[in-house]
Amino acid sequence: MNKKSSLMSRLAGAPYIVWAALFIIVPLCMVAYYAFTDNTGAFTIQNITGLAKYTDTFLLSIWLGLVATVVCLVIAYPLAYIMAQKGPEKQSTMTMLIMLPMWMNFLLRTYSWMTILEDTGLINTVITSLGFEPLQLINTRGAVVLGMVYNFLPYMILPIYTVMLKTDHSLVEAAQDLGGNKLDVFRNVTIPLSVPGIVSGFTMVFVPSVSTFYISQKLGGTGTILIGDIIETQFQTANNFNLGASLSFVLMILIFVCLAVMNRFSDDDGGVIL
Amino acid sequence: MTKKTSLGGKLYTALVFIFLYAPIAVLIVFSFNSGKSTSVFEGFSLYWYKELFNDAATLSAFKNSMIVAVVSSIISTVMGTAAATGIYNYKNKLVKTSIMTVTNIPMMNPEIVTGVSMMLLFVFIGAIFGKTGTLGFPTLIIAHVTFELPYVILNVLPKLRQTDPHLAEAAQDLGCTPLQAFFKVMLPAIMPGIISGLMMAFTLSVDDFIISYFVSGTTSQTLPIRIYSMTKRRVTPDMYALSTLIFLAILALLIVSNIISARGDKKLSRKGGSKK
Repeated sequence: MNKKSSLMSRLAGAPYIVWAALFIIVPLCMVAYYAFTDNTGAFTIQNITGLAKYTDTFLLSIWLGLVATVVCLVIAYPLAYIMAQKGPEKQSTMTMLIMLPMWMNFLLRTYSWMTILEDTGLINTVITSLGFEPLQLINTRGAVVLGMVYNFLPYMILPIYTVMLKTDHSLVEAAQDLGGNKLDVFRNVTIPLSVPGIVSGFTMVFVPSVSTFYISQKLGGTGTILIGDIIETQFQTANNFNLGASLSFVLMILIFVCLAVMNRFSDDDGGVIL
Repeated sequence: MTKKTSLGGKLYTALVFIFLYAPIAVLIVFSFNSGKSTSVFEGFSLYWYKELFNDAATLSAFKNSMIVAVVSSIISTVMGTAAATGIYNYKNKLVKTSIMTVTNIPMMNPEIVTGVSMMLLFVFIGAIFGKTGTLGFPTLIIAHVTFELPYVILNVLPKLRQTDPHLAEAAQDLGCTPLQAFFKVMLPAIMPGIISGLMMAFTLSVDDFIISYFVSGTTSQTLPIRIYSMTKRRVTPDMYALSTLIFLAILALLIVSNIISARGDKKLSRKGGSKK
């Protein structure tokens, strides 16, 4: 390409670079700035050290997020495997059926569970009409995990399915030809080859689960306060931006550490296969 | 490779799909309930749909959502396509990887952090100029453009890589200016990527709640924010009516787009067949 055109195509990226600097980088610096200053603008680390009292909340958020992610993986993996074996027409129908609920607003999806699990909701109405005692379903940690699994399950199914679809089937056949039985082939070939899908599914479920506030508000009641709830309160009602920023700052770092560890795992496994 | 799925496999698939669709079915059934209850069906009626269409706040939120989605997806598609072309042409590897890293940030970061960070920026700038109500339509559009951009770029970049770079050179040798070469040769070649980027940007914008919630202020409610404020109160079936309508709209869109793409595939295979 001649000089003039390459200069022009390089200039084409300029507006985006300016935009990204202004609205991606600078806002993150603002989070750091608010996290390390008090409400008069003076430097302090008290916001960060004061977070010690939220340790339990952080741990609970990470724990529930992990449980939801693992449950998603356990449900999604066999389904992705079954889908990958189907013919192209069935595959596109099934993909569409999995994406359809995803495109509905997640507030409405969560809300529908609220009405199913309520004390006078659908399940308890059926149970009491059969003559049993109503169950405490809503406002439990189980309900929060259920909400996370329901909302983010498609994000686990689709990446695993995509990777399985791209997998070279001759590798599976080769393993079978070399005498591996079904279980061996599945364990030593199918699973390792699908690790990239598992990793991206893990990320796509874990990050929104850990940082959610709507799901815990609707399904967890007052007993399950997650880190997202506390951040939301600081910005929407308590107006304590400094505390909110320091919580966001720590949450962001925690999640990046988790993701880095996850990526380490997938790299190692990749090395083993090669 | 197509294998017959075992009975257990079929049963399992059915169970997962029941899990995915049962809550949606509940919403749809109870949206036609004549009573206020969301657990006992009292009789068929369209009462809640009428309620919904008489609700001015919901309708205006819907209008706001559409305006924000159209404006932000057009801006992000134009800027993102230009950015992808630029990124594709950068020779310096360090510059390229650092731009891509920054591009990935809005996708990796929890949405709540993205929302909060932009809110802080807008509030901070407002404070400098001594204004309080900085949050509104403009900030909503800036935020939406920002989180849509990575998806546009990631849809367009692969198409650029697939396109033969000599095409644009050939066009220039034949007398096109670089700009003409881009619009007449490159743009049609990467069009499928641009369209899927635009569609993705649009749907993400309509669907977004968390980021909008922090940057919209009190005056410019979008539909998801309206849903949020309505679900704060007691559960009533008018939200069910809204969900049902949204579900039907999405279902129709998906079916239409599937038919279009299926036709495209057929045409493509016919073309391929005639060449042979």
